[in-house]
Amino acid sequence: MPEVCCIKLFALAISLLAFVASLHLPVHLHRSAAGFQFEINKQWITTPNIHYHMGIDGISVWLVVLTTFLTPLCVLISWTSIHERVKEFFILLLLLETALIGVFTSLDLFLFYFFWEATLIPMALLIGMYGHGRRVYAAVKYFLFTMIASVFMLAAIIWLYSKTGSFDFVDIQNAIRGGHVENFAAAAQWLFLGFFVAFAVKVPLFPLHTWLPDAHVEAPTAGSVLLAGVLLKMGTYGLLRFNLGLFPEQSHQNAWWIVMLALIGIIYGALVSLVQPNMKKLIAYSSVSHLGFVVLGTFSFTQAGLDGAVFVMLAHGIATGGLFMLAGILYERRHTYEISDFGGLATPMPKYAAYFLFVVLASVGLPLLNGFIGEFLVLSGAFQAKPIYGILGATGIIWSAGYLLWMYQRVFFGVVKHDVNKVLPDLNLREKAALLPAAAMALLMGVAPILWLSSIDPSVQTALAPFAQMAAKVVGQ
Amino acid sequence: MTQNPYLWLLPVLPLAGATINGVFGRRSSKKAITTIALVFCGAAFLLALKIAFGFSSASAPYYFDLAHWIRAGNFEADFSFYLDQLSLVMLLVVTGVGFLIHIYSVGYMADDDGYYRFMSYLNLFMFFMLTLVLAKNYLLMFIGWEGVGLASYLLIGFWFTKDSAASAGKKAFIVNRIGDFGFLIALFLIIQHFGSLDFTRVFAAVQPLQPEVAGTGLLTSIGLLLMVGAAGKSAQIPLYVWLPDAMEGPTPVSALIHAATMVTAGVYMVARSHVIFERAPGALTVVAVIGTLTALFAATIGIAQTDIKKVLAYSTVSQLGYMFMACGVAAFSAGIFHLMTHAFFKGLLFLAAGSVIHGVGGEQDMRKMGGLRSFMPWTFGTMGIATLAIAGIPPLAGFWSKDEILWRAYNANPLYWLIGVITAFITSFYMFRLLYMTFAGDYRGSRSSETHGHDDHGHGHGHGLPHESPWVMLGPLVVLAILSVVGGLVGIGNGFEHFLAPVFNTAPGAEIVAEASGEAAGKGMEFFLMGVSVTVAFAGWFLAYFLYSRRPELPERIATRFGAFYQAVVNKYYVDELYASLFVKPLLEGSTEILWKGVDQGVVDASVNNAADSARHVSDRVRHMQSGNLRSYAGWVAAGGAAVIAYMVWMGVR
Repeated sequence: MPEVCCIKLFALAISLLAFVASLHLPVHLHRSAAGFQFEINKQWITTPNIHYHMGIDGISVWLVVLTTFLTPLCVLISWTSIHERVKEFFILLLLLETALIGVFTSLDLFLFYFFWEATLIPMALLIGMYGHGRRVYAAVKYFLFTMIASVFMLAAIIWLYSKTGSFDFVDIQNAIRGGHVENFAAAAQWLFLGFFVAFAVKVPLFPLHTWLPDAHVEAPTAGSVLLAGVLLKMGTYGLLRFNLGLFPEQSHQNAWWIVMLALIGIIYGALVSLVQPNMKKLIAYSSVSHLGFVVLGTFSFTQAGLDGAVFVMLAHGIATGGLFMLAGILYERRHTYEISDFGGLATPMPKYAAYFLFVVLASVGLPLLNGFIGEFLVLSGAFQAKPIYGILGATGIIWSAGYLLWMYQRVFFGVVKHDVNKVLPDLNLREKAALLPAAAMALLMGVAPILWLSSIDPSVQTALAPFAQMAAKVVGQ
Repeated sequence: MTQNPYLWLLPVLPLAGATINGVFGRRSSKKAITTIALVFCGAAFLLALKIAFGFSSASAPYYFDLAHWIRAGNFEADFSFYLDQLSLVMLLVVTGVGFLIHIYSVGYMADDDGYYRFMSYLNLFMFFMLTLVLAKNYLLMFIGWEGVGLASYLLIGFWFTKDSAASAGKKAFIVNRIGDFGFLIALFLIIQHFGSLDFTRVFAAVQPLQPEVAGTGLLTSIGLLLMVGAAGKSAQIPLYVWLPDAMEGPTPVSALIHAATMVTAGVYMVARSHVIFERAPGALTVVAVIGTLTALFAATIGIAQTDIKKVLAYSTVSQLGYMFMACGVAAFSAGIFHLMTHAFFKGLLFLAAGSVIHGVGGEQDMRKMGGLRSFMPWTFGTMGIATLAIAGIPPLAGFWSKDEILWRAYNANPLYWLIGVITAFITSFYMFRLLYMTFAGDYRGSRSSETHGHDDHGHGHGHGLPHESPWVMLGPLVVLAILSVVGGLVGIGNGFEHFLAPVFNTAPGAEIVAEASGEAAGKGMEFFLMGVSVTVAFAGWFLAYFLYSRRPELPERIATRFGAFYQAVVNKYYVDELYASLFVKPLLEGSTEILWKGVDQGVVDASVNNAADSARHVSDRVRHMQSGNLRSYAGWVAAGGAAVIAYMVWMGVR
């Protein structure tokens, strides 16, 4: 069908265009400047006072680029795996991209919430319409989990609006810091928790994570890539931007148990990942572990910890996105994710095995690939906050090597056990075109992290300013 | 400090080779692959020689800052390279022995389908190893450290269709990661207290500190954690278990990575951090004890192994123990001296063993060898030299370096010396046992063209009788044999120690220590101890000769006599089984039954689904809202959102 081909080509062209356009941002960003840049602020609705206020800083810029980077790869990887309702699929994919970019650029809380919920619909539909066996169960579970949790955030946003008359992030932040918000002290803990629950489900933080493995296993490949690659980062981004940004004192007070959950997530996620018989579930649980690093770094309130947290968000997006693409490539050939259905694949599919190993190594944090930089900084920061945080977190480097290399061995090494696998075709050009950028990016981020850190670092410094003051106050007393 | 703009090229050259062969190798001719691999590795060796000839202690150390790497707040880690006397020794050993083994591999791996992969991995290893050796900060060193682990993983599992090889590779990586965990924590401590990972800055900050009283303090913690890392990489108790399994890799790999270079990285790292260790006597003691125990422990296992490579593997673990013993008594230059001579003779032993395996069609079991002397005279001659060297027969290389260690150990604690001497006896015994079992007597192997599955590779080209290896393999053997003979002579008159003195003479009161070990304790004692170690070396030789040449029926009887003990030794004291039942099995079963099926599905997810089930009763009634129509869904969400907003605004305003 030529029409279908046009749809795909159009989607690819548009997503590539969006990527190229988004590169404008990091190229022209004033890296050392504090505050938001490329701002646009237009009145959208007068009552209530909602603005179309967008802008980015040295942190969110990279999440935008991550989104636009992964979307064309998702288009490529879905090229032949979607057979029905192709048009709707790519519409949903591009809608999802729009919503994701909106989440990372919104500086108006209502607008943010709008985009936040807007990501939910295309994602749930992608899972529910294009997923595998239990897709409806997974889609509904995903929808309900995040929807219910988001309501608490909405409540918190409304409360803030009612007290400040504004949805504007910067205005509200200034109002809180200036002490102009009535009854703030009494409500702050609840507000903090309201935001926190919404974000924690999205991250997902233990024990709110059980929607994730189901969603991943059932989702089509592109859905998994964007889900793990970008959607989860909405949660960690939210924690960083809103919880730390608006409620520094509450963040500080609640940090101990949040860090504990993050550490549990790191270790628990890894151990459960270790014993998964399903490749996609294994990768899903590994995300729980990796995102634990992000939360750990964020709530260490150290420069290195937050730098690392942001870096892990990006690195995990590339590496885990890559892993899901690779799993999808195999699924297209064999229609299964069960590890025991494979074995010895390095013989019929050497190129595929090489790419897979490369991405696995990025994911286990081999130095010179992207996983290492973020994890090292997070753990170093966590160690400065409290040595035991760093020590417990650092066990993650042992676990990750365990679950990924074991999976790799079972899938690729040994002799080919199932005859069907003997004739599996190796990567074709399109698949390589989807994988190569991800692999190259993993290498670039590992060798030249300075390109990212030089903008992340100043923004993190800004974000940490209130915490430095708090620490100074404690010392002063 | 002098700039040397060539330093960064040393690791990058083999990286280029690895990349070219890795990307284009599949489609290249064997000749092209060989050329690329040898040229880039050889270029690094030549450049190392050029740097060595231009090296002057007056202008050392050299450094070169290539580029920024990580900047986070005040923390900096860059691609900066550093060369002093210590790294120069390592550089020459790594590039020299490395290049020889590259040449050898051309012959050894000639018939393997994965030739391009193998050469690419070897080059990649050189890149990481040179990065490790030339790093100017701990984090760059850590790149090399993990990177050689990767190369090791890839090369151990090179014949990946064999399950045992694949498992061994994974085991090596994971056990090393346990060590790296300790290394990382040490780095965090260093960052926290010294604000940098740069060697010059950290050591400058540590230098003025006083030695810590036994057992406590920051430097002791750092030292102990570094030692955890070193124990992983250099296969010391309790993390040595991966190295014997690593013998699944092709033999050139065993020679290069698992004998001559990578496994000595831990020794190098400890020696590099000597400023820290010298001020942490508690950590030093631990290093010495671990080294001494490992030396003895591994040597005893070596006695009963029948796989030729396994004997050498345990021997390597044991010899590394000597090096740590030296570091532990703050005789760092003696440790590095032994590291160097060991690289010569152990590299040679492995290559010669490879030549034997090659010559008998892939067989590794020494019980099926014997009498190879007449078939493979060059292999026998060179391996004999290496055996003399490792056994500590004067004036070969091993004698000088081992004796230096034993002498320094005696001055620190005679008990270390005693265990060291016992180990030397056992070493001599198991090495000559290997030599006799392999080369003496009559050939016990099969003479048919049947191939044995052991060392896979396609050496099954119609083997009749064992045969000598081609010159591309024998050449490196001869060069290493010469080095194994004369390599120790640099130690005469403490020449080696003097060369390294600018690096190591930083201990609090270093001159006095050197004095004490040199003169005060007396030359007489030193000569007496030297006599003792030479005696035990010959005694071990004689015992092996007696048992395996004169009375070959005796070992069997002895084995039956000491049944249980012998079985324990043959089975490596059941340590692998112990670890499996202590750590691996509980971890896997606990994760499956308790965490995954118990907590995750049984508690967390079940409670969620229960809640959802009750909600479903409600939702059944509103089911007709699910029209499947996108716009209607969007409408419902919008309406719902609006309702909540309206409610909240109303509540808020009130």
